[in-house]
Amino acid sequence: MLIVLLMVLPLICAGLIVFNPRAQAKYIATGASLVSVVIAAAALLQFDFGQTAMDQLAVSLPWVPALGLELSLGVDSVSLLLIALTVLLGPICVIGSFTAVKEDVKTYYAWLLILQSAMIGVFAARDLVLFYICFEFTLIPMYVLISLYGSSNRKKAATKFFLYTFTGSVVALAGFVYVVWYHASLPGSSWTFDMVALGESARLMSPGQQGWVLLALLAGFAVKVPLFPVHTWLPLAHTEAPTAGSVILAGVLLKLGTYGIYKFALPYAPEAVVEYAPLIGALSVIGIVYAGLICWVQTDVKKLVAYSSVSHLGFCVLGLVAINSVGVAGSVLYMISHGFSTGALFLMIGMMYERYHTRSMREVGGLGSKMPIWSSFMVFFVMASVGLPGLNGFVSEIMCLMGTFQAYGWTGEGGAAPGGTLGTLGPWFAFFAGTGMIVAAMYLLIMTGKMVWGTYREPDGHHASSDGHDELPTDLSRREIGLLIPLAAGCLLFGLYPKPLLSAIEAPVNETVAFFEGVVPEPQPGIETVANESGSVGAGDADASGEGAD
Amino acid sequence: MAEKLASLWPEITLFVATCVVMVVGLSPNQAARRMCPLLTGLALAAAGILALGTGQDAKGLMPGMMPYAKAVIAFVGVLLTMLLVGVVDRFEEQAIERGDAAFDPGRSTRGEFFAFFLFSMTGLMLCASADSLIWLFLALELTSLPTYVMVAMSSARQKSKEAGVKYFFLGAMGAAVFLYGFALIYGGTGSVHMTGIRDALAAQSLDGGLNPIALAGFVVALVGIGFKIASVPMHFYAADVYQGAASPVSAMLAFVPKTAGFLAIILLCASLGWRFGESGSQLPEAVRVTLWVMAALTMFVGNVLAWLQTSVKRMLAYSSVAHSGYMLVGVIVGPGDSFTESGIAAVLFYLLAYGIMNTGGFAIVSALETRRAAVTDTGELIHDEADDINAFRGLCRTSPVLGWSMVLCALSLLGFPLTLGFFGKLPLFTAGISAGEIPLVLVLGINSAIAAFYYLRLVALPLFEHAGDEAELYTETPTNARRVAGLISAGGVLVLTVFASPLMDAAFDATGVSPAPEPGLAEQPTPLLEERSALAD
Repeated sequence: MLIVLLMVLPLICAGLIVFNPRAQAKYIATGASLVSVVIAAAALLQFDFGQTAMDQLAVSLPWVPALGLELSLGVDSVSLLLIALTVLLGPICVIGSFTAVKEDVKTYYAWLLILQSAMIGVFAARDLVLFYICFEFTLIPMYVLISLYGSSNRKKAATKFFLYTFTGSVVALAGFVYVVWYHASLPGSSWTFDMVALGESARLMSPGQQGWVLLALLAGFAVKVPLFPVHTWLPLAHTEAPTAGSVILAGVLLKLGTYGIYKFALPYAPEAVVEYAPLIGALSVIGIVYAGLICWVQTDVKKLVAYSSVSHLGFCVLGLVAINSVGVAGSVLYMISHGFSTGALFLMIGMMYERYHTRSMREVGGLGSKMPIWSSFMVFFVMASVGLPGLNGFVSEIMCLMGTFQAYGWTGEGGAAPGGTLGTLGPWFAFFAGTGMIVAAMYLLIMTGKMVWGTYREPDGHHASSDGHDELPTDLSRREIGLLIPLAAGCLLFGLYPKPLLSAIEAPVNETVAFFEGVVPEPQPGIETVANESGSVGAGDADASGEGAD
Repeated sequence: MAEKLASLWPEITLFVATCVVMVVGLSPNQAARRMCPLLTGLALAAAGILALGTGQDAKGLMPGMMPYAKAVIAFVGVLLTMLLVGVVDRFEEQAIERGDAAFDPGRSTRGEFFAFFLFSMTGLMLCASADSLIWLFLALELTSLPTYVMVAMSSARQKSKEAGVKYFFLGAMGAAVFLYGFALIYGGTGSVHMTGIRDALAAQSLDGGLNPIALAGFVVALVGIGFKIASVPMHFYAADVYQGAASPVSAMLAFVPKTAGFLAIILLCASLGWRFGESGSQLPEAVRVTLWVMAALTMFVGNVLAWLQTSVKRMLAYSSVAHSGYMLVGVIVGPGDSFTESGIAAVLFYLLAYGIMNTGGFAIVSALETRRAAVTDTGELIHDEADDINAFRGLCRTSPVLGWSMVLCALSLLGFPLTLGFFGKLPLFTAGISAGEIPLVLVLGINSAIAAFYYLRLVALPLFEHAGDEAELYTETPTNARRVAGLISAGGVLVLTVFASPLMDAAFDATGVSPAPEPGLAEQPTPLLEERSALAD
């Protein structure tokens, strides 16, 4: 019920906003998002992190029986943590918009709340069509937020964002439906969109079928992540979006893509993932390095952080296709920690933009003397983003790279080569991705150098036009500091002591990795995966290979 | 015979109403003349209720089709009636009301207009009841002939007359083509009855293959009926005619002949049977390839051309071409064991969804017109329609009801989740993939994405733009009925999703094809059928 409440409460409050005076909109939105945090905290307390099945806090209602659809919600620890991230960013986005959004506030806060509800729906859905509907539905609020509240080029950005994602996901829907049909065509099965039941059937598909399904799913999810070469919508959308939009986009919406890969591509098409891992890995590495190099030459600081997201999410995908427990766990961790550090960076740039009305590093810089608190936070979050040991970025990034490095053990005959795990990446992937870390350090530190240190620069006529933001002090206000502190605390906590988070996601991650044990006829002892569970999957695989031979 | 007649109560009701409306429209009393649309709507509602009650035609080829199809037709028909209010005689009636002019029965067209509409709806319902090729031909023509006149009389503009003439000649050509096909089918099977054709073809396929003349007949007939559904290669008229006609009439053209065409195509394909090919569940190769190419081209041509338009009516015209392509996918797939696997059920459900959302889109277009009346060449006053896409700028602010209805209908036409359009398209996906038509489903998916490029304009302009100078030129029409129709449609695309499951079940129940008799018995019924057809003639 808590999950249902988390989805319904924002919707009800969005309705309240529409029917109440505009002055109250921001308070209703704040109240809704803060209550959501409390509900999410209660859900976290209630949750049993030892379980792997996605049936905790579950609700199931019949919906469209003729199509086999159910309104089925439930979470495992990974999805619950991502929901927690979403809910935590909620009040930060709402409160962070108090001074930035002055016009059409009712529309703004209402759509922000609807967006939160849709995102929770994506993570909590246990029905494939419900997942797809929520996944698609996030487009509309974001489309509205960018179109109405973005910067100068917002309409183009919003349209590009919508069209890219919509196109990709329609193809993904075809892939989903294929899996459902395959499930229904098995003896004794009926037409259902239940995610778990489908996963078990999907793994029986022949490698060829899995390959097509994987490609279809990737068409949807790779756009969302975004992977090179379908990343071109992202810098535009990020740059033009209002601050809260960018925070949500970077913090949660991009994770819908990686979550989709984690939740569907890996369990539904393990054999194809093994086969295509080098390709996906190569695209990720290209994305990491290429986007990093683009960052290097940016003068627009928001665009720089936007491209850095492309680069960072590359690590995330790399960890996923390494398909060992280190890589996948690192990747899941990355989804959460990237939400903190990059979300915070966008928030900080928004705060700076509200004061100077420019994002160009040529026009503004050397803020260390003028805005010491802002500058301190900026340096802190940049360090978190670079991957400074002790902060959150480091743990997840290094885990993704370790996973990638080890994943050279695929011999094709069963068993892993000594020292490696069953994967088709390897040291070279890790090496080139590692150069991306160096590039990241360079562009982020150069940016910090320009923005924080050096001589103070401000845009022409800054003081003349400063009447529009009287309420903002030169440095951060208490409200703004209050927004940044939870994010900073999260970065520090997950950097210094990531163990609780890692042990929370351990069970579902191991379950996912175990699907790949089945791809090999004989799992070798000594590999740290759940050997018990791989037995049945291995048997299923034998059937599948028989089918393939026919 | 009596049984068949009993299943025709909806048509009989409509026909009686037609005669009444024609007379009432000529009444010297203005209040009585104003009753025409109301009577039309009531007749359609009554026909819909009767259709649900009259049950099924047990002897027909698709016994369950009638109640569902007729109820859908009646429901969308009521919406269309609301749009058609005020299309003809608006200024004349206003002048009479002010006392500036006297009523001239010779110039009044209101009664005829609604009578023609009801004639067309009668024909459409008769298509659903068709059990022979002759009946089908007559029903198709009864559906189409009044529309030619309605297009021409729908506005005083010269282009309406041009559109009417264009539509008539091309329609006549289309009719000639499918009539030729019908003749070939008769030649190849020796029967004009759907069940007779089915039995003859079943006997032929056991006997070493289908008669090539019959097969050619089916191909020709399907291509000819492609005119009614505006599918490639018979789509050329669509944009010009839809633009030339008043938008309420365009809304009707986008639903009525299209539904008639799809009912005819489904009946023809059902008499062929989806029992050929390797899997034993396909249409014969020649017919399948024809439909496949038609479907793929229709989707691409419709969507790409719609993308290039700046005129809303042309855009909606080409998008309705594209929607025909989507539905053809379901026809190719054929019936199945459950709703998710039945392409025919998907088509029937899509027809309902399409009827509502497309009528809604046209309702909004027809609810806007130019602020200033123009004078035509013949000296008549006319308010031009909001054909320019800029008329919709900022509509959500200037007129929230119209604006949001447009946004919802456009999202539904796009097939966006949580709208009826999505629940319409999903069964096409599931049925297509179940039947192994994966390339066609991918074409469908890609086209849904292309469609986003232009439907998004209809979302973005009302929602995000501010009404500029161009939008200032337009205002709402005085007829409330169109706004209400738009609102009902917009509500329908949301509310009906709640009832999607019962509606889908109803669509599935409508798809049963009565099977051909066992081979041993196949010889027996044929002479009987011939006798019956002789009697019927």
